[in-house]
Amino acid sequence: MAIYKIHLLVCGGTGCRASESAAVVESLRASLTAAGLSDEAQVVATGCFGFCEQGPIVKVMPDNTFYTGVTPADAAEIVAEHVLKGRQVARLLYTDPQHKTPVSDAKQMGFYRKQLRVALRNCGFIDPENIDEYIARDGYAALATVLSDYSPRAAIDVVKRSGLRGRGGGGFPTGLKWEIACGRQADRKYVVCNADEGDPGAFMDRSILEGDPHSILEAMMICGYCIGADRGLIYIRAEYPLAIHRLEVAIGQARACGLLGADIMGTGFDFDIELRYGAGAFVCGEETALIRSMEGRRGEPTVKPPYPAESGYRGQPTNVNNVETFANIPVIFLKGADWFAGIGSERSKGTKVFALAGKINNVGLIEVPMGITLREVIFEIGGGIKDGKRFKAVQTGGPSGGCLTEKHLDTPIDFDTLLAAGSMMGSGGMIVMDEDDCMVSIAKFYLEFTVDESCGKCAPCRIGNKRLYEVLRKITLGHGTADDLEYMRNLSTVIKDTALCGLGQTSPNPVLSTLDNFRSEYEAHIFDHKCPAGQCKALKHYFILPEKCTGCTACARSCAVNAIVGERRQAHSIIQNKCIRCGACIEKCKFEAIQVN
Amino acid sequence: MEKIKSLDDLRKKRQELESQLRLREKSNAPESLVQIKVAMATCGIAAGARAVMNTLIERTAAEALPVIVTQTGCMGYCHSEPTVEVHLPGKEAVVFGRVDARKAIDIIEKYIKRGELLDGIIPQNYERI
Ligand SMILES: Cc1cc2nc3c(=O)[nH]c(=O)nc-3n(C[C@H](O)[C@H](O)[C@H](O)COP(=O)(O)O)c2cc1C
Repeated sequence: MAIYKIHLLVCGGTGCRASESAAVVESLRASLTAAGLSDEAQVVATGCFGFCEQGPIVKVMPDNTFYTGVTPADAAEIVAEHVLKGRQVARLLYTDPQHKTPVSDAKQMGFYRKQLRVALRNCGFIDPENIDEYIARDGYAALATVLSDYSPRAAIDVVKRSGLRGRGGGGFPTGLKWEIACGRQADRKYVVCNADEGDPGAFMDRSILEGDPHSILEAMMICGYCIGADRGLIYIRAEYPLAIHRLEVAIGQARACGLLGADIMGTGFDFDIELRYGAGAFVCGEETALIRSMEGRRGEPTVKPPYPAESGYRGQPTNVNNVETFANIPVIFLKGADWFAGIGSERSKGTKVFALAGKINNVGLIEVPMGITLREVIFEIGGGIKDGKRFKAVQTGGPSGGCLTEKHLDTPIDFDTLLAAGSMMGSGGMIVMDEDDCMVSIAKFYLEFTVDESCGKCAPCRIGNKRLYEVLRKITLGHGTADDLEYMRNLSTVIKDTALCGLGQTSPNPVLSTLDNFRSEYEAHIFDHKCPAGQCKALKHYFILPEKCTGCTACARSCAVNAIVGERRQAHSIIQNKCIRCGACIEKCKFEAIQVN
Repeated sequence: MEKIKSLDDLRKKRQELESQLRLREKSNAPESLVQIKVAMATCGIAAGARAVMNTLIERTAAEALPVIVTQTGCMGYCHSEPTVEVHLPGKEAVVFGRVDARKAIDIIEKYIKRGELLDGIIPQNYERI
């Protein structure tokens, strides 16, 4: 077996593959072969490095060089310069946006400095399609330890002591959930991995499955041993073809070497895992709807209790956990419950993966210890707001969460503090907004999503959210009235109190949190007929300054709806009820005579 | 694919495979390791730096020493190529000149393992910023 002197790790996540990273792998291999270096350097397609903003990423080990935006055409130069002569290719290095200097060592990048990769420990480090690399990283060693040294109860105790809470949104203590499932008597029990990931903008679970599929298989087996189940099901949306492929490869390899199936490692423990595909409905991420969907029925939630642990898939006790929750399990057994409980805040242990998106410089996937502040995440790891604009708000928790503002920037982030601030952890979406974002429109965006995704089973969610959406729409069109705000608050409370499942119980949160934090913006829409951020088109008002207008007719000719009138060489004017506010006239005017407010 | 039939099988397999990833593991924590840099610019390569690098990597890998070997560009000592910079944790880096395979082994045996200095140290003639 050759010992490679250099490892070229190329991101093979969905993001980087969309910009040809698979071709980068091919051309690097071809260039190495041409240079006679294929025994010295190894090219590995890995999972996501998280720095999706500037992909495709190539990381060169052992010197930790981080190349961004690499194209297949750059491969020859990387091989000729870096691999052969040890010289970094300066033009491909990541450049620090603040100091404008190239960073030669990935450890010095602001994006990585405050991160702690536990759930993502193998993403961007190993080849996810090669079980050997996973085993070399202590893969399946946690399972081996549990099977040989722990009784199910003792293993559950480790999970309880670690303080791990569910990463799917609710934050329910994982050890306790396992204990409940373990205590049920039944002929058959099931372990289900929830890989539905329906939050708009979220891709944490997808990245873990693409970058480290074996860790999920291993964790599900540990869970199976603990609760007394021999069947595992992964519910994954069909829109994740790469994650599905990597899971299929991983399951195939694990079966082929006897790590999945009957009598695993000679211990007498049997376990097998199958995939179940979802069609991509947000509500199917809710565990009871998910179970019904897996049974081939409509993806509608049912009343809890009974909880899945009592009566789940096919009426049998079923333990449902999220992908990221599972990803933490093997590490907890390898490094110990105390190690894990030493990370994070008082009541939220460990780390959390977030998908950073919106008006932020470093869009991507990050993993940070619980208890870190929003300021650290947005301004240090995220590199601040795009184009030097002002920070306005950050939305966490997706359609179930809320918007936090400047006054929350120094709040430590964990399950409880986010709830107290009127938002929630959710699955880890984090969308940053700047001064140009209209908060009424943001609330409307999330409500529109909820209305689309509501299954329609219960009236509060089906009808209530629709009414809420209509009021928001009315306000953005400039027809809001004074009593709308109170009406929305009351309706929101009723929906939250009476909806059947978590979808409806949390869907008014985006409205409530923007009402709390940005009330004046609602008032400006309603009373002044103005959108302070300038986003609501219907509230824009175009007019011509007669003293500046030369009557050149350029604007009138550009107007598609003939809303501009006036004689040649005379000041023109805009007929307001004809104007569709497209802005075409402003672009044509050479005299800055057209204004908008 | 070879079956893993017992816990021992898994342990053995892991030991066999471990070296494949050792290089990546090490680059995660370079500060705590001995860092060796081999100058691999044109002048270095012409003087035999590649053979020196291979010797260093093979030796340190075979003995599983806490060492990380990387290549750098020209360090400016073209008169004394091949040159090798060795950085023991917590100490100043030292540059050895005119290194061949035998001297590479000396560097490992004497300087890295026992901290003894050897002949052929090139005085550092510049500051790094
Ligand atoms: C509308 C709705 C959507 C949900 N979507 C997901 C999802 O996509 N992924 C997920 O893991 N949990 C989702 N959940 C939470 C699950 O119901 C369940 O609590 C979770 O899978 C339990 O795993 P955990 O304890 O590991 O977090 C959703 C809940 C609701 C109410």
